[in-house]
Amino acid sequence: MRPEMTAASLDATTRSSAERGALARARLLRGLLPALSLALVLLAIAWLNPRAISYFGFSLMLNLAIPIALATIAQMFVISGNELDLSIGTFVGFVGCVTATWLKDAPLIGVAILVGSIGVYALLGALIRLRNLPSIVVTLGMSFVWQGLAILVLPKPGGKAPDWLLAIMSFKPPFVPFPIIAALLIGLIVHFGLMRTSYGVILRGSGGNAAALKRAGWSLLKTKIVLFALAGVFGVLSGMALIGITTSADANIGNGYTLLSIAGVILGGGEFVGGRVSPIGAVIGALTLALAASPLLTFMHIPPDWQVAANGAILIIVLAARVLISRRER
Amino acid sequence: MILVRSLAGKPWVWSFLGALVVWLATIAFTGGYGAGGMVTAALSLAVFTVIVGVGQMFVITLGPGNVDLSLPANIGLASAVAMKVMAGSDSMIVVGLLAALACGAAIGAVNYLLIWALRIPPIIATLSASFIIQSIDISYGRGLQIKPPPGFADFTNWQILGIPVLAVLTVLFTIGAAIALQRMIYGRSVLAIGQNIRAAWLAGVNVGRIRFLTYTLSGALGGIDGALLAGYFRGANVDIGNEYLLASIAVVVIGGTSVAGGKANVPGVWGAALFLVLLLTMLNTFGVSAGVRLLLTGLIIVGVITAAGGEKAVR
Repeated sequence: MRPEMTAASLDATTRSSAERGALARARLLRGLLPALSLALVLLAIAWLNPRAISYFGFSLMLNLAIPIALATIAQMFVISGNELDLSIGTFVGFVGCVTATWLKDAPLIGVAILVGSIGVYALLGALIRLRNLPSIVVTLGMSFVWQGLAILVLPKPGGKAPDWLLAIMSFKPPFVPFPIIAALLIGLIVHFGLMRTSYGVILRGSGGNAAALKRAGWSLLKTKIVLFALAGVFGVLSGMALIGITTSADANIGNGYTLLSIAGVILGGGEFVGGRVSPIGAVIGALTLALAASPLLTFMHIPPDWQVAANGAILIIVLAARVLISRRER
Repeated sequence: MILVRSLAGKPWVWSFLGALVVWLATIAFTGGYGAGGMVTAALSLAVFTVIVGVGQMFVITLGPGNVDLSLPANIGLASAVAMKVMAGSDSMIVVGLLAALACGAAIGAVNYLLIWALRIPPIIATLSASFIIQSIDISYGRGLQIKPPPGFADFTNWQILGIPVLAVLTVLFTIGAAIALQRMIYGRSVLAIGQNIRAAWLAGVNVGRIRFLTYTLSGALGGIDGALLAGYFRGANVDIGNEYLLASIAVVVIGGTSVAGGKANVPGVWGAALFLVLLLTMLNTFGVSAGVRLLLTGLIIVGVITAAGGEKAVR
């Protein structure tokens, strides 16, 4: 063991500056990949339909980007702790149903339900940690629970969003469309919280090296609870934002968000293990998916049948590009 | 007593026990009415979960992060392919089954190709693949009412003395799978990779080949399952495989297979599949609404997983 380590450290110190420069360039390229893919999608849209690149065009195309970005951030918190949340989609749907019914008719009860559901998320984190359970299975089970609750709250599509929520979501700031400002805000706030605060480092560390963190005296139970509670908070925000846009709800409204949120995190440069995530990347990933999913394909005259496939293809292309860059990193 | 103790030590006993409890609860509710018919129905439905469950079990046994999320899309596409190839004619049944098998195996092979070439986690590889498969299925099977040939529909629904023939064949298949897992080089290699991929590689296991075979096997089983489902429900459609994402993973875990890999259990897949199917039957018998049924199904799955507990981390 020891000779290998000295060899490795020797190797590291004797690396020439040219090599180090190449390494830094590859890292930079890798970090820029999410932004590059977004730029590529935007360029394609601009080329296919120049009129879409306008205040009105962006407001329309990025309509659903806010809820997708919020759900992606929720998923990102779970992934930072090396877990996966397969229930976020139905949770967003459940929140949507509560927003369109209780939150409008009896705001106090509505708020209590939503806060309680965040508590359920925190409990799930505790359960997964204490019983050492596979999060995939637990959240897959929970996805049925949320869907069942959503159907109980709102058996038939309908309901109505509270007026204040409608007002927020239809806000029209000057010059820059609201979805872009909101996305920027979400990305920056979460970036500051998770990447720039000391507890944020601990949270990411719980995914990076849990054993080391535990030896250093941090509670892994607490980090897991915090990560899941944060996922719950952003899931609630996503569901509310979604209803603010669609104005009414349906128990199945969020089902697609599970896959979109995972894809968004990965597109944004996140890794499944090791606590390597990027909030700004995740928001960019969500925007890319929101744009690529339907506006781009509509402009390319691709039938709606193939829109799901396009999401898969984009994921594969971006991951392939990442592999090419990572090869240079070595 | 010794028998009881050695049985209690087997993880798969609990899933059969759960199935038995649910069955007893239901016939207590109906006053004994339809007890036999319930078993027959449960056996015929459990077959489809068992077939994909075994494929998923081999994949999950490969170690942490290995899971096949493309099964629902795979089942959907294979069901359409099988029905189109059979084209309602009894003489084409075998060809249609082979086509479904080939379609599923190809999907499995592509899954592994993505994992290997892009070095991405299997979850995201099979997820991306499933997006694409879904679109192919929608555009391939659209606007067509694809019915199975009468002979195939009869075969998949065939019962002798209340025992579905398909269930008997599936029991034989699972015995084969258990032998492959415990007694053959392939199965031992899968277990070895799941326990420690590096140690397995150092011991001379061809890790790449075994993983390729395992994903292809899972895909092929998904394909054959799609064809059988289309026969049993007398028609193929895009959503036919949707419920098998949760079901395939749940039966593996409830059946006593370790999610951390390296430890698999074939009988447990049967027990867990019967448990899930009987659970749904019970909730239907109680006449609960769709919302309550989903809610209880989810809660019971989470409850069972919690009770069974995860593995203590070995590292």
